[in-house]
Order: sequence, then structure tokens, then C-alpha cells
Amino acid sequence: MIIFQDISKIYRIGDEEVRALNHASLHIFPGEFVSIIGPSGSGKSTLMNIMGCLDTADEGQYLLDGQSVSNYTEQELTRIRSRKIGFIFQSFNLIGNMSALENVELPLIYQKLPAKERKDRALDALKKVRLYERRNHKPNQLSGGQQQRVAIARAMATQPSLYLADEPTGNLDSNTGYQIMQLFHELHDRGNTIILITHDESVAAQADRSIRMKDGRAKEVAV
Amino acid sequence: MILQSVKMAITSILSNKLRSLLTMLGIIIGVVSLVVLVSLVNGATGSITDSINAMGNNLLSVSISDDHGRPVKLTDLSAFTDDGTFFRIAPAAVSTATASGSYAEESVQLTGTTAAYLDIQGLELESGRFLMKPDLDNHSNVVVVNADLATEIIGRTDAVGETIRFNGKSFLIIGVLEEDDSSINAMSGDTLRAYIPYTSLIRLSDSVSLDVTSFCVSASGDDMDAAESRLENMLLERFEQDEDAFSIFNQSSVAESMDSVTGTLSLLLGGIAGISLLVGGIGIMNIMLVSVTERTREIGIRKAVGAGRFAIMLQFLIEALIISLLGCFLGIGISWTVIRAISVIGSADYHLSPGIVLLSIAFSVGIGVLFGLYPANRAAKKNPIEALRHN
Repeated sequence: MIIFQDISKIYRIGDEEVRALNHASLHIFPGEFVSIIGPSGSGKSTLMNIMGCLDTADEGQYLLDGQSVSNYTEQELTRIRSRKIGFIFQSFNLIGNMSALENVELPLIYQKLPAKERKDRALDALKKVRLYERRNHKPNQLSGGQQQRVAIARAMATQPSLYLADEPTGNLDSNTGYQIMQLFHELHDRGNTIILITHDESVAAQADRSIRMKDGRAKEVAV
Repeated sequence: MILQSVKMAITSILSNKLRSLLTMLGIIIGVVSLVVLVSLVNGATGSITDSINAMGNNLLSVSISDDHGRPVKLTDLSAFTDDGTFFRIAPAAVSTATASGSYAEESVQLTGTTAAYLDIQGLELESGRFLMKPDLDNHSNVVVVNADLATEIIGRTDAVGETIRFNGKSFLIIGVLEEDDSSINAMSGDTLRAYIPYTSLIRLSDSVSLDVTSFCVSASGDDMDAAESRLENMLLERFEQDEDAFSIFNQSSVAESMDSVTGTLSLLLGGIAGISLLVGGIGIMNIMLVSVTERTREIGIRKAVGAGRFAIMLQFLIEALIISLLGCFLGIGISWTVIRAISVIGSADYHLSPGIVLLSIAFSVGIGVLFGLYPANRAAKKNPIEALRHN
């Protein structure tokens, strides 16, 4: 359960104050597949950063699974990122000198899981994205779609309560993008909460619900 | 966690082999210079102190410059050993002579002495016998030579029974000393030595008479300073309290001052080598800072998937530590090879000193941590959002 209450984020560029988020409020229920759509500069990325506990709001309340995250220290935010959030980025963000398996294992290392369990869970996640055979390939030996599937497996490995995907199909052709969207549907079918940030209307339309960002405010749109 | 950090550090070092090696080079050079220099100094010190000790650590040499009308006669010498402080006493008059044998003719150092000399100086016989009392009483023309002289003049070491001529007078070789390859003799140059009865040298050399002007004694106990002052008092009494009439040379004080000289030397060389290690450490810091900037995005990714400050810090710190330690071990390996090579080429026996190996490992760990801390801290403090945006 995600609750944003009157969240504002203010950036200062020189003397000018920019409100990237301006009293934005929204609710997302467990098991929902929600897309957040809006043009660039509408505050989508800021929203995602706060939702993913990479950043904190300047004003307002953020409740994640009933906990108020707003005043958390960096260490507590790190803990929440590690346990509850699975990120999927537009540019995949895999670590280049590590194999697919090592990349998927990475978040589990930071959870301090024992090696055996780590490997089992990472291999399991790779199987679910159908890349088990390519587990020892480095990112530069994989296609864009395959890299994004590794990134999804990395997010799945920790069994997060929330998947945060920022333009996951943005760097892919439409066919590969379709395959990635299929994976998100599979995840959703298994009961996971997915938040998809995009500027692509056709991708956004695949979610249960769309939230449109405009000038730092969130607005529900009918599907 | 630490194990994982070590793995990650090794992956990252291996994925940038040339750079890692160049970074290590500073540490390698520092460690090699430290270990090799100090080991060589220690080795040289060891062989010098060995040869000083071999000359007898309880040895006092006396030379008399002004006898105040009371010369020490050869027959007076035994009076010094009466009270038990001194074990043995022997005159030691040194002169040079031209020696000619069946093989060659050379200038040699001729020592006129008595039977006790062998024990006082700690000399070892290879074959034959040393001088004895009858040789002195009879002014016998007999000689004990060292191994070098036997080889040079006679042509072989088993020279007992051969005849040798000193300034034209022929002497019978009755004994040959063991070969002495200690470096102090090699350094002093004139290695051809012969020992003849004191009484025979009087006849051979104009400057030597029955008035003994130089002699050596060995102390009975271990306390050389006490023995020295005892001897000094005896001589002062004899020479009307004139301190300038004689001088006493204490072998163990030579060993001590030698020790302090070489101690200072190894400290100095070690200090210089330590500076190059420090420079190596700065090299590590430099490369780690570049690496942190280059891997900003990686740091962002790690933070996004749940790495905390401590985990990032640990990773980069361990990387710096491994580079430094790896450089150290490579340096120790190279040092070992260099020392072996020097031993073979210089036909001397040098060893890695374990103390300096441990010191250089400790130093490298310290440098790795010290110079890794700042870059690691910079990595750990990066803001994940900005780090992820970094290209």
C-alpha cells in the first residue's frame, strides 16, 4: 500500500525555486498494476525517486506499507530499498564486469543472505525471465531485451513488495518491448504491485489504472 | 560481506589489469627497495660481526709508545696473567718481509709471537702444529702460514714440511691455518700472513727487540670493560700514570660500534625506501579516486539495489588494500629473486630478513587503508540519484 499525501519536492536552481512535485497525492493498493504517465518535466522521475526511497520529500507524508518514510535517515532508506523495492530502469543499469547471475545476486548480497540461498534465488529468477541458459553471459554479450530481462530478474530476486519500472521499454524496439511488457503482466498475475512510469500512451494503457502527472500534480485518468 | 567485497575487488582489479599493475608498481618498487636494501645491510653486518667475533670477543690488544724506561720484557709478560683476570698473553710484533717459496715471491705480513697467540686470536689450524715454547727458546726458524700464503707462495695448502725464505733466511713450515673467508680479511687487503717465534723475528727485523711494544691478551671472563680497566690500571702503574704511554684496543667495542653504524645505515636506507612506499600509496589513492569517478554509475546501481554506505566503503577500501597487498607480495617475491641473484653473483650469502618482510607487509596494509579511506569515503557518500544519472 502506497499513500502519497500532499508531497512536494522543491529544487533550487540559482535563485529560482522549482517545484518538481507540487502537493501530489495518490494511493496505490497492493497487487495493483499502475502506470504513471506524463511529459518530461512533469515530475515523473522525482515521484519515482521518492517512491523508491532514493530521495525524500520536502513536504507531505509518504506511507509505504503503513510506515511513514518521510523522516527516515539514509541508513533506514537503504534498508527499505533493499527489502521492499525492485527497480527496473530504462537503461537496464547492469554492472558491466559481472555476469547475469552475479548481477541478479547483487541485491541478495546486500541482504546478507547465505551464498547457497542467494544462488538458488538468483537462478530461480533467471529461469522465470527465461535466461537461465545465459546466466554466465556478461551484459555486453546480451541483447537489449535480454539485459532488461536480467534487470527484471534482479528486481524479482529480493521478492519486493513494490516493482518500480522507469520507462522499461524506452530503449527497446516495439517487439522486444512487447516481450518485456508480457513479463510485467506475468509478475502482476502473481500478485505483485507494479508501478510503471512512461510517456508512451500505448504502454500506459496496458496497466489497470493510469495516473497522469502534470506540473508536479498527480491526476487519475479513466482507462 | 567481507568475502563478497574481496570477490568484487578482485573482479574489478582483474577487469583493469594494466592499470592495476601500474598502480601496484609504486608499492612493488617501494617494497623491493626496502626489503633488498635492509636485507643486504643486515647480511653485510652479519658477516662483519661474525668475523669480528671470530677474532676473539675477549681480546684486548695493547701497544706501547713510551715505556718510561721500564720496558715490558718478553719474560715480564707472564706477570700480567698472575691475578687471574687475564687468561692468556702473547706478544705480537708485526713486520713485513719478502717471502719466496717454490712457487712465487710476495711481500707478506710477518708476526712474531708465542704459543698462546693461537688461542687468543681464535685461529684454527688446518694441518701441522702452531709455535711452541721450545721454538721460542731455540730461536727456531719455523713458521706457521695462513692458507692464502701457502697457496700463493708454495702453490698448495698442504705445505707442511716445505721451506720458505723470509728476506733470504729459510724457515720450515710447521703448520698451515684454516682458510678464513670472512669478509673483513678480504677487505683489509694483505691476506698473506706468517707467524714465527718472537725470538726469531728479533733476528730478522731491526725494529723488533726483547722490549715488547705490542701484545695481546684474552680476558678470562665475559666482562670486557672490567678487564680493560684492570689492564689499564696495571699499565698506568707501570708507566707513571701516563695515559699517553700506551693504547688499548678492545675488540668487543669495535663490534659494538660496528653494530651501531650498520643500525643507523639500515634505518637510513629503510627510511628512503619507506618514502618510495609512501609515494606508491599516493599512486593508489590517485587511481582509486579516478576509479570512483569512473564507476559512479555502478555505485548508483549498487545503492539502488540496497547497498548502504558501509557496504560501498568496504568494497573500495578492500580494493585499495588488495592492490597494496598484492603489490607487496609481488615486491617480496622480486626481492627474494634479487637477493638470490646478488648472493650468486657476489658469491656471498644474503637472506630475506623476516623482520623486514613482516614490516613491509604491515606497512603495505597501513598504506592501503590510509590511502584507500578517502576515495572509499567519497564513493560511499555519493547521492544515488545523481550517481545513476552519471554517464
